[in-house]
Amino acid sequence: MNNIADTIMIFLVLTNFTLLGLSRLGTCIRVVAIQGTVLGLLPLLFNINNIELHLIFFSIAIISLKGFVFPWLLRRTLRDLNTNREIEPFVGYGTSIALGIVILMICLWLSSRLLLPVATESNLIVPVAFFTIMSGLFLIVSRKKAVTQVLGYLVMENGIYTFGVALVEKQPVFVELGILLDVFVAVFVMGITMFHINREFDHIDTDQLSKLKV
Amino acid sequence: MIYALLLIPAIAAVLSLAVRHDLIRRIILITASVCHTAITITAWHKEAKPLFNGWLLLDKPGLLFLTIVSVLFLACSFYAFGYLASESGKRKQDFEEGVFFTNTPEAIFCACLLAFLTTMTLVTVSQHFGLMWVAMEATTLATATLIYFHRHHRSLEATWKYLLICSVGIALALLGNFFLVIAASVPESNDKSILLGTLIQQGHLLNVPWLKAAFLLFLVGYGTKMGLAPLHTWLPDAHSESPSVVSALLSGALLNCAFLVILRSYQVCLAAGLGQFCQELLLLFGLISIGWAAVFILGQSDYKRMLAYSSVEHMGILAIGIGIGAGATYGAMLHAVNHSLTKAMLFLAAGNILAVYKTKTTKDVSGVLAVMPITGILWIGGFLAITGMPPFGIFLSEFTIVKSMIEQGKIGIAIAFLVVLALIFIGMAIAFLNMAHGKKNDNVEVKSNPDTITSVLPPLALGILTLVLGLYIPPVVNNLLHDVAVIMGGN
Repeated sequence: MNNIADTIMIFLVLTNFTLLGLSRLGTCIRVVAIQGTVLGLLPLLFNINNIELHLIFFSIAIISLKGFVFPWLLRRTLRDLNTNREIEPFVGYGTSIALGIVILMICLWLSSRLLLPVATESNLIVPVAFFTIMSGLFLIVSRKKAVTQVLGYLVMENGIYTFGVALVEKQPVFVELGILLDVFVAVFVMGITMFHINREFDHIDTDQLSKLKV
Repeated sequence: MIYALLLIPAIAAVLSLAVRHDLIRRIILITASVCHTAITITAWHKEAKPLFNGWLLLDKPGLLFLTIVSVLFLACSFYAFGYLASESGKRKQDFEEGVFFTNTPEAIFCACLLAFLTTMTLVTVSQHFGLMWVAMEATTLATATLIYFHRHHRSLEATWKYLLICSVGIALALLGNFFLVIAASVPESNDKSILLGTLIQQGHLLNVPWLKAAFLLFLVGYGTKMGLAPLHTWLPDAHSESPSVVSALLSGALLNCAFLVILRSYQVCLAAGLGQFCQELLLLFGLISIGWAAVFILGQSDYKRMLAYSSVEHMGILAIGIGIGAGATYGAMLHAVNHSLTKAMLFLAAGNILAVYKTKTTKDVSGVLAVMPITGILWIGGFLAITGMPPFGIFLSEFTIVKSMIEQGKIGIAIAFLVVLALIFIGMAIAFLNMAHGKKNDNVEVKSNPDTITSVLPPLALGILTLVLGLYIPPVVNNLLHDVAVIMGGN
C-alpha cells in the first residue's frame, strides 16, 4: 500500500519535471492528461479496503474530466493554431528544470516543518502536493502561450487535489462535485477565450496582451 | 425564502436564454431583480428558515451583504434596460482605436448577469466553506463573459487577465479550505465538518498553525478577488474595459462578496483566539492597498481606471477597519454599504459620460455640467461622496474608523491614513472638476438632452441613499450594522 502511494508521488514529481522541460504543446497536454488520470485513481487506492459506490463514481468523473475532456478541449483549441511549440519562454527549459529542483528542495523543507495532525499514507504526499502546486504557478508565470498557462492552472489544481484526496477527511459529495464542475467550466471558458484571442490576434502569446497599463 | 432568492434569478437566467425577443428579456431582467429585492427586504422582518441542515442560512453578516448586492443589482438592472436598448445593433466602431467590433449577444449577456446575481446570493447565504468556494469561483466564470461584452482586443485582454488571475487566486483559497479541514480534524472534536457554526463552536479546539496557514491562504486567495494590493492587478483592466453597468456591479457587489468570505474566515480565527494575528495581516494589506491606490490615482489619465483604483483604496479601508477593530469594525461595515452605493453611482454616471463623449481619457472631457446637467451634478456629488466629504455617508464611516484609531493610540497609522486620503482627494479633484466644468469640446456632437430616465434615475437613487445614510441612519439598519460589528469582534 505504502509502496503504491510512494510510486505515484514520485511519478507526479517526474511528470512535473517533464512539463518544465518540454516545448511541444501537444506533448505537454498529453503529460497533463496522464497526470490527471493517475490522480483520478488516488481516491480508490487510498481506500482500497472499503471501496464505496460514490468513490468509484467520483474516480470515474475525475479520470474522464482530467484525462479526456480537458485534453480534448485544449487540443481542439490548439488545432487551429499555426505553431505547436512554446517558442522563447520567459525562462528557458534548462533554467526551468534547475529552478524546479530548487523549488522541490524548498517544498521538502517546508513540509518537514508542518506537523500533520492526521496520519498519512505516505510522507511524500505533502511535499509533492506543494511541489505540484508550485510547478503549476511557475508554468503560469514563465510561459507565454495561453495554452501553457491553462496547463499550469491544471497542474496547480492537480496539486491541490492531491493534497485534498490524501489528507482531508471526506467532504460531502456535492461540494466535491461542485469543485469539479467549477474547474470544468473554468477550463471551458478559458478555452473559449483562447479561441477568441487566437481569432483576434492570430496567435496566443499572452505577452502581446499588454495594451492595458497603469 | 432562501430557495426563492436563489431560484428566481436562476430561472430568469434560463428564461432569458430561451426568449427571443429583446424587450421581453429586459423585462425579465427587471422583474427578477425587483422580486429579489422584495424578498431581501422581507428577510429583514422575518428570519429566513435555514436549509440543508444549516448549510444555507441567512445570518446577520449575510443579510447585510445580500442587501447591498440586491439593491445594487436593482439599480443596475434599470440602467441596463436603457443601456442594452442603446447598444443593440450590429457592428460598432471602437472609440479609442477605430477598430470594428460586435457585442456579445444580448441573451447571453442577460443570462450571465442573472447567473452572476444567483452566485453572489449563494455566497451570502452559504455557511459551508466548501460551498462558499464553489459559489465564489462561479462568480468569476459568470462575470468573465460580462467583461467581454464589447468584443474587441482590449476587453479580451482584460477578460484573460481576470480569468487567469482570479482562478489562480481562488485555487489558493481551495487549498486554504483543505488546511481548514485539517485544522478542524483534531481528535477531541466530534463534528469535523467545516460549517461556520460548528467551527466557531469548537474554536478553542482547532489546530492553530494550520488555521493560521488557512487564513493566510484565504486572505491571499479571496483577497485577489477583493482587489487588495498587491493582488489587485486584474481589477483596473476589468473595470475599465467592461460596460459601466458591469463595472458598477463588480466594484459594488462582487468585491464585497469576497470581503464577506474573508470575514467568515476571520470569524473562525476570532473563535480560536487568533484575532490579533488576523488583524495585523488585514491592517498590512489595507495600508498597502490605500498607498498603492493613491500612487496610481495621482496622474491617472483614464477616468474609469481612476474609479477602479478608488475601489482598491476603499477595499483597503475596509481591511484597515477590521484590522483596527473595536469601533472601527462598525465603521468598516458602514463603509462597505456606503462605498457600494457611491461607487456604483459613479460608474453609472461614468457610463453616461462615456456614451456622449466617446472617450475614457480624462483630459478630453470637459463641460459635463453644461452638456448633461443631471449627470454632471451626479458626477460632482459622487466625487464629494467618494472622497469622504460631509454630509455623505463615507465621511461618517471614515470618521468612525479614524476616531477608533486615535482612541487606541495608533496615531501614526491615523496620520498616514489621513495623508493618503488627502492625496487621493487632490488627485480625484483635479480630474473630476476639470471634467465637469469648462466649455464643451467642439468635436463632441450632442443631442438636445442626452440624460434619459433610465440613465439618470438609478445613479440618482443610489446617490440619495448614500446621502441619507450620511445624515441619518435608520435604527433598523443601525442595529444590524451593530450586530454584525459585534459578530466580527468589534463593539
